[in-house]
Amino acid sequence: MKSFTYERANSPAEAAAAAARTPRAKFIAGGTNLLDLMKLEIETPSHLIDVNRLALDKIEPTSEGGLRLGALVRNTELATDERVRRDYGLLSRALLAGASGQLRNKATTAGNLLQRTRCPYFYDTNQPCNKRQPGSGCSAIGGFSRQHAVIGASEACIATHPSDMAVAMCALDAVVETVRPDGATRNIPIAEFHRLPGDTPEIETTLASGELITAVTLPKPVGGKQIYRKVRDRASYAFALVSVAAIVQRDGSGRVALGGVAHKPWRVEAAEADLPRGAKAVTAKLLADARPTRENAFKLTLAERTLAAVLTEARG
Amino acid sequence: MKFDTPATTNPIDQLRVIGQPVNRIDGPRKTTGTATYAYEWHDAAPNPAYGYIVGSAIAKGRINAIDLAAAKAAPGVLAIVTAENAGKLEKGSLNTAKLLGGPDIQHYHQAVAVVVAETFEQARAAAQLVRVDYASAQGAFDLAKLTDSAKPEKITGGPADTKVGDFAAAFAAAPVQLDATYTTPDEAHAMMEPHASMAAWDGDKLTLWTSNQMIAWNVADIAKTLAIPKEKVRLISPYIGGGFGGKLFPRADALLAALGARAAGRPVKVALQRPLMFNNTTHRPATIQRIRIGASKDGKITAIGHESWSGDLPGGQPDGAVSQTRLLYAGADRMTTTRLAVLDLPEANAMRAPGEATGMMALEIAIDEMAEKLGIDPVELRILNDTQVDPEKPERSFSQRRLIECLRTGAERFGWSKRSAAPGRVRDGRWLVGTGVAAAFRNNMLTKSAARVRLDSSGIVTVETDMTDIGTGSYTIIAQTAAEMMGVPIDKVVVRLGDSNFPVSAGSGGQWGGNNSTAGVYAACIKLREAVAQKLGFNSAEAAFADGQVKSGNRSVPLAEAAGDGELAAEDVIEYGDLAKKYQQSTFGAHFVEVGVDTATAEIRVRRMLAVCAAGRILNPKTARSQVIGAMTMGVGAALMEELVIDKRHGFFVNHDLAGYEVPVHADIPHQDVIFLDETDPMSSPMKAKGIAELGICGVAAAVANAIYNASGVRVRDYPITLDKLLDRLPEVG
Repeated sequence: MKSFTYERANSPAEAAAAAARTPRAKFIAGGTNLLDLMKLEIETPSHLIDVNRLALDKIEPTSEGGLRLGALVRNTELATDERVRRDYGLLSRALLAGASGQLRNKATTAGNLLQRTRCPYFYDTNQPCNKRQPGSGCSAIGGFSRQHAVIGASEACIATHPSDMAVAMCALDAVVETVRPDGATRNIPIAEFHRLPGDTPEIETTLASGELITAVTLPKPVGGKQIYRKVRDRASYAFALVSVAAIVQRDGSGRVALGGVAHKPWRVEAAEADLPRGAKAVTAKLLADARPTRENAFKLTLAERTLAAVLTEARG
Repeated sequence: MKFDTPATTNPIDQLRVIGQPVNRIDGPRKTTGTATYAYEWHDAAPNPAYGYIVGSAIAKGRINAIDLAAAKAAPGVLAIVTAENAGKLEKGSLNTAKLLGGPDIQHYHQAVAVVVAETFEQARAAAQLVRVDYASAQGAFDLAKLTDSAKPEKITGGPADTKVGDFAAAFAAAPVQLDATYTTPDEAHAMMEPHASMAAWDGDKLTLWTSNQMIAWNVADIAKTLAIPKEKVRLISPYIGGGFGGKLFPRADALLAALGARAAGRPVKVALQRPLMFNNTTHRPATIQRIRIGASKDGKITAIGHESWSGDLPGGQPDGAVSQTRLLYAGADRMTTTRLAVLDLPEANAMRAPGEATGMMALEIAIDEMAEKLGIDPVELRILNDTQVDPEKPERSFSQRRLIECLRTGAERFGWSKRSAAPGRVRDGRWLVGTGVAAAFRNNMLTKSAARVRLDSSGIVTVETDMTDIGTGSYTIIAQTAAEMMGVPIDKVVVRLGDSNFPVSAGSGGQWGGNNSTAGVYAACIKLREAVAQKLGFNSAEAAFADGQVKSGNRSVPLAEAAGDGELAAEDVIEYGDLAKKYQQSTFGAHFVEVGVDTATAEIRVRRMLAVCAAGRILNPKTARSQVIGAMTMGVGAALMEELVIDKRHGFFVNHDLAGYEVPVHADIPHQDVIFLDETDPMSSPMKAKGIAELGICGVAAAVANAIYNASGVRVRDYPITLDKLLDRLPEVG
């Protein structure tokens, strides 16, 4: 681990300003991913701004009838909140499908969105990785790629985003609220929050330098059957090979987002119009531009079959 | 004590303590955190420094130069040891690759330096400043491409090849034939406690607190590596957080702690960081196995052939995947071959039941495939081809062989008769449900083992032996043995293990630890009983030891009196004659498994497991059960998820942490049942016990594979059986 300086922030705007002041500063909340990466010197911040004392740990109703989830609400608390369980079952189910009890107790809403990929080459500092060391190359292309992206990837990076929570939020049309170093706030729709890798896979979100997530808001509940189905080799404590977040209404309409297939939660609204026609039609559109590797081509079949099972369950 | 005639009635047969489900006597220390594991000897060597290992970034080649300037200048750094400044080092006789690489590199993450600093964090930070300039060379990393160049190599306990009759002719003539090839991947031990050591020098004497299964082997090999007399090496390893064969040999932590301590002039601790565990240490090698079976239409095997290929570094050894095929089923014409390819992957070596674990993964699918071809129930086919003699040497019978009873008992308990032989017929909600069976087989090995037993004036019996407890229950069964032999309650027995100052035991490995180490304690106790009888004026042949008393006729004297004001001690070793040559000693069992295969996603989840074991006397049914269910869990891992994935371009195991190398979690393991058949084997030792710990894994993966076939109709011959291997062959959803 590289040496770093540390400060505790007293307000969100102050935290953002501090981050802008210091080059290579990072916010730290639960630290469940950042600290591991620092020990391996994959992350080497020069300065840590501890945001844990900021009063961002509440779940509150919004005036629009939705919920505002504070950036520091722990995953366990979010998953078990009565309002979340009642009105946003998809989110609760996605959270509980991720990590372990201990990690969920520590991990935060904002930290979950900002966790880094689990690509094994990203984790091995002997190997080239454009995300870790821009310009060094992508070892996963032509290497072990069973877990990797099948769509939206680039010649520079085929990593996936590992979050379950973000996939559910994507289907729920969540909005990320932030504050910038100058104190200005903005709202970023979740679909625009994570970036595709392109030529700059090291840049994973649309956050500006120093910009701090303060909350995620959920719009008014949309009802419907809300199903999160995570598929993996072992029954728990593994990242998704493919996950399906679906909201299916009584009339057959609905929304679908996929996890485990891309650099970000994967949702194509045009594909959702085909929901009444079934999984094959939806995935044909959803994954139309897929370019899998030999090792992960099964994810296309898996996504279609999983969605089919989810739709059957939703209608059952 | 020489054990060269079958055991007759002896004090162990009283079964007052032996055979009872006694709780682990080391349990309280482990649950209260007071058991000292290798990294936790805080009082033994105060103020230790910390070493952090730098692993090679290439699989094969040379180091051109190492730049240590930045690392040396880092805060807290005391010393940096590399091959350049370590002094002359030999290679241990148990190691295939050197523990400290350079200038030549033999495998990825081979240690090339250890950085020693005041704190662990300083050592880790400085280690990342070591700059190594490598010249990478082309290596061989793909076993499948090397099968033609692979050479015959003998396996543990036998030659490379065996041949009886004319296999080729018999196979060609057989009316029912199977010719199938199976693959098993490289696997990691992935034990919870990483390899860890603390080293301290006192002049030219080295003390190593370490985590090791085999004390005497390692004293000898550490001494050889450092080129010092073995009398100058003391090894202490009383608690081990899992080994599975990965801690049979000295590893980089021990050597580099010793070198680091010498360089720093301070005691030094080294634990392998988790990402180094998979490429720096040993692993179970991948195999390619071709099995051919010919049978008559009524199911009698007439020809059986098993060929196995595996790879290792130059000078390494093969996996003994064909071992069980030499012994398990009848058949007049037979052959086995073992071929070893040279690979530049990390060192292959023993992992839980080396040989049979991988061999049974293939053979027991093959038997299931034959059963289907023949239209015979797979339990019945195994029974039909049972043999009571070594099929390669029919003059040798098995000391005990109750495979048929294991299969029949298991079938009844599991409800096998309700099974649909046709695959894909049972549905439970979203699950396709199937059941599978496999035989279990693992050889029983005899190896000499010594112990010292001391009686003090308060009646406490202390056992000392360099035997290890790798989580198996050695402490407890040794205490039970001494309590039974000396006629005292178990709380009057103290057991001290894992110290090279103690008599040399069998150690822990190959499921030989339990039977041999307790037999050594038995021998020492016989000697102590004689000394006690003599001291108290009894005829030792007539004296009974019970309830803390020594009795004969009307006379009864407290055992403690024999110690007088001091203590009475005895030491002996159990040594074996040729009973194991005259009789084939093996352990047998049957595994029954029920799985569900998700109709849509092909996710596979085990629903029910049963093992029936016949493995001689069960010394402690609680610790034995614990061993077997642990092994069954490991078998599920092998069946469904465990695989060290090779990057064939660069020659290393890519998934080198516990997130990437998946082993089963609690949610993967359903209720497990274990039945032990009531058995004693008088050929094995005075304990009449045999190994049990590895029998539990042998066959499990095949039973899972066969259950998957029964559930889904999809036969997978390449482990691990992950959902992508089934997906395309499942029916449409919905």
